[in-house]
Amino acid sequence: MEDLRFQHSVRTRAGGARQSAIVGVVASGNLEVLVERVLPDAECAIEIRTAAVGFGEVWTAVIGDFVERYSPGGLRFSINDGGARPDTVSLRLAQAVRLITENGQ
Amino acid sequence: MTSWQNNRATRDARIAAGGGLARGKVVEAGNATRLLEAVIRPGDRICLEGDNQKQADLLSRALLAVDLSRVNDLHMVQSGVVLPEHLDLFDRGVAKRLDYAYSGPQSARIARMLFGGKIELGAVHTYLELFARYFIDLTPHVALIAAVSADHDGNLYTGPNTEDTPTVVEATAFKDGIVIAQVNEIVEQVPRVDIPADRVHFVVKSDKPFFVEPLFTRDPAAITEGQILTAMLAIKGIYAPYGVQRLNHGIGFSTAAIELLLPTFGERLGLKGKIATHFALNPHPALIPAIESGWVRQIHSFGSEVGMDDYIRARSDVYFTGPDGSLRSNRAFCQTAGLYACDMFIGSTLQIDLQGNSSTVTTSRIAGFGGAPNMGADARGRRHPSEPWLKAGAESDPDGSPLMRRGRKLVVQIGETFGDKNVPLFVEKLDAIELAEKLELELAPIMIYGDDVTHIVTEEGVANLLLCRTAQEREHAIRGVAGYTDVGRRRDHRMVAHLRERGVIRRPEDLGINPLDADRSLLAARSIKDLVRWSGGLYAPPSKFRNW
Repeated sequence: MEDLRFQHSVRTRAGGARQSAIVGVVASGNLEVLVERVLPDAECAIEIRTAAVGFGEVWTAVIGDFVERYSPGGLRFSINDGGARPDTVSLRLAQAVRLITENGQ
Repeated sequence: MTSWQNNRATRDARIAAGGGLARGKVVEAGNATRLLEAVIRPGDRICLEGDNQKQADLLSRALLAVDLSRVNDLHMVQSGVVLPEHLDLFDRGVAKRLDYAYSGPQSARIARMLFGGKIELGAVHTYLELFARYFIDLTPHVALIAAVSADHDGNLYTGPNTEDTPTVVEATAFKDGIVIAQVNEIVEQVPRVDIPADRVHFVVKSDKPFFVEPLFTRDPAAITEGQILTAMLAIKGIYAPYGVQRLNHGIGFSTAAIELLLPTFGERLGLKGKIATHFALNPHPALIPAIESGWVRQIHSFGSEVGMDDYIRARSDVYFTGPDGSLRSNRAFCQTAGLYACDMFIGSTLQIDLQGNSSTVTTSRIAGFGGAPNMGADARGRRHPSEPWLKAGAESDPDGSPLMRRGRKLVVQIGETFGDKNVPLFVEKLDAIELAEKLELELAPIMIYGDDVTHIVTEEGVANLLLCRTAQEREHAIRGVAGYTDVGRRRDHRMVAHLRERGVIRRPEDLGINPLDADRSLLAARSIKDLVRWSGGLYAPPSKFRNW
């Protein structure tokens, strides 16, 4: 297992009112993302616990692109990764943002 | 006096030597090894029918058991090296030299044996190339083939998996060779004659049916969102703009996803009847929903697929069937059809380099090529026009004279940027080159040459290599869809942005596709059971695909 942490300053707060959301599953080649609205509006944090060791550089690139694209201000993401491919990671993160920025509960 | 009929005399002597073991043409299974010892001579070229799917397994075992003082140093010329016995022959010294095309399940062992010097390798061929050599310089002395049934005269019914048999028999029987068939049963009358009796010299009745591998069944339950996204990009970014009607699909999950998206995503785009109507393709179960929804007009097949027999029989408007109603496949003809009469090949690979060369060979596995190089190549002898072919030709040579410009076949490599265990699809240098250096081969085993590849599709987008004008543009078109692999991360962002402006690279958003819509609910069937339902209960999946 490897633990990784990323913190980014972002331009804008993520929309919506929902406080938390969860997407994905913990399984080999897949991942689970818990997202919570617990940070100041201009901050974003991503904590990763991954089964695949040695992919730090790839994570840095994936997370950098994700933050740039979605500006998820105020959100903390906790990722439980079963060695998912980077494209699956990007997709789950995007799904998590979509879910928490939806209106309603 | 010069004799001009030595080979015929040799053939007659071989038949006479085996005749003592036969009643008519029929030899008991228990005498199969003795038959081979009588008929085969040291150093003979032998085609042991190992097809892509169908295996002459009884005859393989019989050959493995021969007395080495009578039979040795054989030169095996067979399209598929599939059974362990196919390689045991080399370990034991029955065979020495090998020319082949495909070695799926034996790919790791064949690599070890080549490195260990156990096998003298002629070449790794494409199917059509090896078949062609059967008629020129690799004509078999003896062919050991498999069929479903024989009558007492030796007429053979191959069943739906006709595959290579007619080609092998043609080359052997008409050049004074010996044809020995293993059959599942001997009957009064065969359902149809696939091989006429006068081309068959001995028939061995097997105690159990020959082995057939279900190679073309992809469980929809295993298709990922990434593969669905990639399939959406291919349909909207390639099938639609070129209007691809005549095509061949590879066997991977990405193309299975395309097949399952036609009646849903494809339907919504209004593409029914405009794309994917005529196929050179095995009877893929994943295509059932598209067939049932009226997308597909005609399919010619290389082989068959386990469990599809009743469905094919009931859909004879779509498939090629015999007077008995069952599928008639033919690998040589279907390969030719794919080469000359299809406008697109789309399939996956294991490695792609910066020039677009691709190979399924890695340093520890030599899987062979099968049909991909024929499907995935421009046919230089093609002369008939079609919309996709002309459009692709115009894109690659916009200044050429329309009346003189060759068209181009669309050769599409599709895949996720990272494969199993996060192994990258894109590499700076192919393993195939390293392998060729180590084995001192004259040619690296490249599956599809970069200059034949027209498009690469990944979850990151579609790269149109036809629009690249320089090697540098081509390299960056490839880097630009290589995602987070090392190759992808080493891109020049400005150059990639420029290629995107020119439409060389098209992202999901450029095609109006939201990656968040790539959902499994888009698949027309989400399980094998769904496929059975679509088929009205006619598809009978093999037990390993049943979980109910």
